Amino acid sequence: MNAPEKVALHDALVVAGREYRSRLLVGTGKYRDFDETRRAIEASGAEIVTVAIRRTNIGQNAGEPNLLDVLPPSRYTILPNTAGCYTAQDAVRTLRLARELLDGRALVKLEVLGDQQSLYPNMPETLAAAKTLAGEGFQVMAYCNDDPILAKQLEELGCVAVMPLASLIGSGMGIVNPWNLQIIIDRVKVPVLVDAGIGTASDAAIAMELGCDGVLMNTAIAKARDPVRMARAMKLAVEAGRDAFLAGRMAKKPYEAAASSPQTGLIEKS
Amino acid sequence: MSAPHGTLIHVTLNGAHREFTAPPTFAQLIEEMSLAGRRIAVERNGEIVPRSGFATTRLADGDRIEVVVAVGGG
Repeated sequence: MNAPEKVALHDALVVAGREYRSRLLVGTGKYRDFDETRRAIEASGAEIVTVAIRRTNIGQNAGEPNLLDVLPPSRYTILPNTAGCYTAQDAVRTLRLARELLDGRALVKLEVLGDQQSLYPNMPETLAAAKTLAGEGFQVMAYCNDDPILAKQLEELGCVAVMPLASLIGSGMGIVNPWNLQIIIDRVKVPVLVDAGIGTASDAAIAMELGCDGVLMNTAIAKARDPVRMARAMKLAVEAGRDAFLAGRMAKKPYEAAASSPQTGLIEKS
Repeated sequence: MSAPHGTLIHVTLNGAHREFTAPPTFAQLIEEMSLAGRRIAVERNGEIVPRSGFATTRLADGDRIEVVVAVGGG
C-alpha cells in the first residue's frame, strides 16, 4: 500500500481538467473582516474559494480594501457565484460580469434560488441557465437539489460538477438525505460536491465517506465561535472522510459481536 | 443615442439616477468613481463593456449601467 502522502498526491480532485489537492471548497462570506477571512481560508487548505458579485458603492473610498487583494487569484481559484439570483437570465448576466472581472476565467458556481425563505434551488431556471452558460464556454459547477434525475440532466447539459445540497443553505442541519446523495454519486460521472447545509466536522466527514468528491461550505466555518480552528477541523474531516471512503469501511454486523482480543490463553477463571 | 456636448444625458448607474453634461467615457466614469485600476466589471444595457473598450466607449442617454466587484459570499 502507498504511504499516506503518496495516496494524497495521487488522489487529486479534478474539476474541468484541473487538479486540486484539497477537496474542501470554502465560501468567503459572513466573516468579521478580511483578516479573519484570510486566516480561516488559509487554515482550511482550500484552493477553490467562492465569491459573490455585487454592485460597487458609488463614490466609495479610494483605499477601501478589495476581497481579491486578500485572496489573490494568482494563488486561489476564484469561483464566482450567482447567489441572490432568482432567474436564469440574472444568473447568466452575473456570470458574464464575473468572467470579465476574472480575466476570462470560465469556472463558475451557478445557483438559481427559488425563494427567499428556503433558498432552495429553482431547478427549471438552473437547468436553463446551465444550458446557456455551457453554450458560452463556461465551466459550470451547479448547485442543485438532491434529485438524481436533475443532477444527471445537469451533467448532460455540460456542467463540470454537480453540487447537491446536504440541507438548506446556512442551516447547519447536516446531511438530511444521504440516500439521495448516494444515488447521485453512483450515477453522475462528473464530480459530485455537497454544497450547503454542513454544520460541523462530522457532517463533512460523512459526505466524504458517502463518496462525494468534495464539500463546499461557508457558514459552518464563518459562524463557528473560532472560525480559524473550525476551518482546520473541516480540512481534517474532509481528509479523514475521503481516506475512510478509499479505505473501504468494515462490514456492519448488527446482530453479531466479534472480539478483537484473542479468545484463548486467558488466565484461570476464578 | 449619443448626445452632443452640452446636452444633459441621464443614465442609471448601479440603480441610481445620474446626469452628465458631457457624456464621459467609461474610463472617465470609473476614474470619477475612484475605481481606476481596481478589479471591476461593467455592463451596459445588459451587455458587457470589455475593459479594453473603457477608454473609447462613451455613456449614452438612457444607459443602464452596472459596475460590480467581487465580495465575500458562499
